[in-house]
Amino acid sequence: MKKRDPDLLLFPAPLLQQGMTTPKAMRDVLYALLPATLASLWFFGLSAVLILGTCIFGAVLAEWLFADRRARSESLRDASGVLTGVLLGLTLPPGLPMWMAFLGGFVAISLGKVIWGGLGHNLFNPALLGRAFLLATFPIAMTTWVPTTGDSGFFSIYPGNLALPFMQVQIDGVTSATPLGMMKFEQVVTPLSELAFGNVSGSLGETSGLLLLLGGIYLWMRRDLDWRIPVSIVLTVIIFSAALGLFNAERFPTPLFSVFSGGLLLGAIYMATDPVTSPVTPKGAWIFGIGVGVLVMLIRVFGGLPEGVMYAILLMNAATPLIDRYTQPTVFGRGDKSS
Amino acid sequence: MKETESYEEFIKGVWRDNPVFVQVLGMCPMLAVTNSAVNAIAMGMATLFVLVGSSFLVSSFRNWIPKQVRISCFIIIIATFVTIADYTLLALVPKVHKELGAFIPLIVANCLILGRQEAFASRYPTRLAVMDALGMASGFMLALLSLGAVREILGDGALFGVKLFGENFEPWVIMILPPGGFLTLGVILLFFNWFKLKKDEFLQEVAEAERSES
Amino acid sequence: MTDDAPKVAASPSSMRLVLTLAIAGLISGIAIIGIYESTLPTITANKARELREAVFKVLPGVSQMQALVNRDGELVATEKPARDEPVIYGGYDEQRNFVGYAMPAAGPGFQDTIALLYGYRPGEKIVVGMEVLESRETPGLGDKIYKDAVFVGGFSALSVEPEIVAVKKGTKSQPNEIDAITGATISSKAVVRIINETHTQWSGQLPPPGSEPSLVRMESQDAEVGQ
Repeated sequence: MKKRDPDLLLFPAPLLQQGMTTPKAMRDVLYALLPATLASLWFFGLSAVLILGTCIFGAVLAEWLFADRRARSESLRDASGVLTGVLLGLTLPPGLPMWMAFLGGFVAISLGKVIWGGLGHNLFNPALLGRAFLLATFPIAMTTWVPTTGDSGFFSIYPGNLALPFMQVQIDGVTSATPLGMMKFEQVVTPLSELAFGNVSGSLGETSGLLLLLGGIYLWMRRDLDWRIPVSIVLTVIIFSAALGLFNAERFPTPLFSVFSGGLLLGAIYMATDPVTSPVTPKGAWIFGIGVGVLVMLIRVFGGLPEGVMYAILLMNAATPLIDRYTQPTVFGRGDKSS
Repeated sequence: MKETESYEEFIKGVWRDNPVFVQVLGMCPMLAVTNSAVNAIAMGMATLFVLVGSSFLVSSFRNWIPKQVRISCFIIIIATFVTIADYTLLALVPKVHKELGAFIPLIVANCLILGRQEAFASRYPTRLAVMDALGMASGFMLALLSLGAVREILGDGALFGVKLFGENFEPWVIMILPPGGFLTLGVILLFFNWFKLKKDEFLQEVAEAERSES
Repeated sequence: MTDDAPKVAASPSSMRLVLTLAIAGLISGIAIIGIYESTLPTITANKARELREAVFKVLPGVSQMQALVNRDGELVATEKPARDEPVIYGGYDEQRNFVGYAMPAAGPGFQDTIALLYGYRPGEKIVVGMEVLESRETPGLGDKIYKDAVFVGGFSALSVEPEIVAVKKGTKSQPNEIDAITGATISSKAVVRIINETHTQWSGQLPPPGSEPSLVRMESQDAEVGQ
């Protein structure tokens, strides 16, 4: 396909660069995810390697396949495909068949990024789009959670991982509900210590809250991350659930439970902060974060699903251009503020 | 001479001016009822019946219908055929009719049909008009069927209700739901445009090569 | 038919326009009436057959049925229920003995209204069968409320006293409990709720067991409708 340069190139602000390039930022995020990724290997054994590996493979393959022939090697160098693969993998249940993980990675890049015109033009976070596709396509497999491997060792693999392409999981393995699922459907509260260290069932990356936080602090120190977004999300969730707790402490989760359960930290730190799909203005970042926090709580408490981080972020992604437009700072010397 | 002409009118609708892939008309039934190949065929047959019937009548009476009331007359003719199709399906295949639901009466609002009356049937002789209608309807059915087949294979592991992958197939639920229609149609349109682009590029290269030779 | 369309020099009179439309409308009307009249018997028969099949399915051992409506606090048999009147169906065996009621019920599901029919035996106060007539539940998940044979089979002897309860799969221990479908809890609970609601709504209107309205229609008539 012939390369056609658009007549006008549009970049989101800021246009000033301070020695920070896209590949560098991407690599930083990958480093920041390392503790949580290693934790997922610890908790779920070889299955985590298989799922993450196939996700990355699917994402990079799509990246390579749809890239301009001359720009092929370049498109792979910025590691954004790998990052999307890892992020997607971390949101998947460990017992998912590998072929679904591959499909998710492929769709994440092709539908989430390439079709919009490549990196920087996408409206939605590619990893979350891939996950949304998988959830809509394979609702049962995507909500079948397995317990952590525990004593059976690193080399045990969940039988679900090895299902043949296009086939469903044959064996009814041991399943266990996530802390949020138990809260919503059975009113069982998981102790906070287990949530913080991650010995609970759930997707690969949402188990250990503390390690995710650690990576977030690293990113914040490296200035790769707009701290306003995760902070506003977490604060909103805390305030919202504290307010609900005032009405009925029995029925609604405690603020700390809300923060440490499910994919909230993973989403708030690594996905909502995606510079392409979140607002660039400070005021916009606050609005964005508060929006995500409110939506998460609304879906978790009043919706039909136990977890809502993914849809909350995707919905706010869609609102991002609008937020950016209304929070643009007034150009000096213009505007109505004639005081 | 005559034979080739009417043949041309037919092929035009099936491929070159395909109502769905090229003209992007009739999207409502296209996305709504193509979740299985059987539904796609039923919808295609109903549309074919309505389109050919109305094209024939409109073309036969084209000299009698005053210009000022032609649209009203077309609508009356189309609506009559749609009602006939609706009741016939309800009596003969109630199951299919239930699946298609409101989309059978909605054929009347399919812009493909009124568009062909206005653009073709009201200006050309009956034989050509019928060939044009047959071509357009076949093109429409082809598009419906390709969408319906893809969605049924992925969404249900079956084609025309025959299981292709055995019992353990994991259905792609999204393909049966409306988003699957949009996704599949998008991918097919992508392929069509890519194909056209390649063809144009190839023709251009051939032309350039010829020019440099001469 | 190759002549070109004549160029209309002057605009035709309004009389001609009205006349053209009137004729077109007339012909169209005749065609529509024709098709309506000729397909009506088949369509009515199809609908009646569908209903009979559903009733026979949810009430095992039934071979005849009649529609019952509540008129002035009494349950009476009727040939043609009024348009908005709630109807239930009485099922009878070969010897014209009353077997049970088939109750149409509807209510909100996960996506859209679920319409179903369930068989109820007032003597034992049990539900003996359930058939979903209409639903738009999620394919692959919610549609198991009619595709999952185990779930549908769970309604074959289900006590409605005090009310039906959906429990987690494999934990059924009471006669009024039914195993919900794994992954489709909301749809399963919706079905149970719809039946419970319809039961409460009708339980006051049903006559005491043993004094149900007897079969009114002749067998021959009954067979005719079914053809």
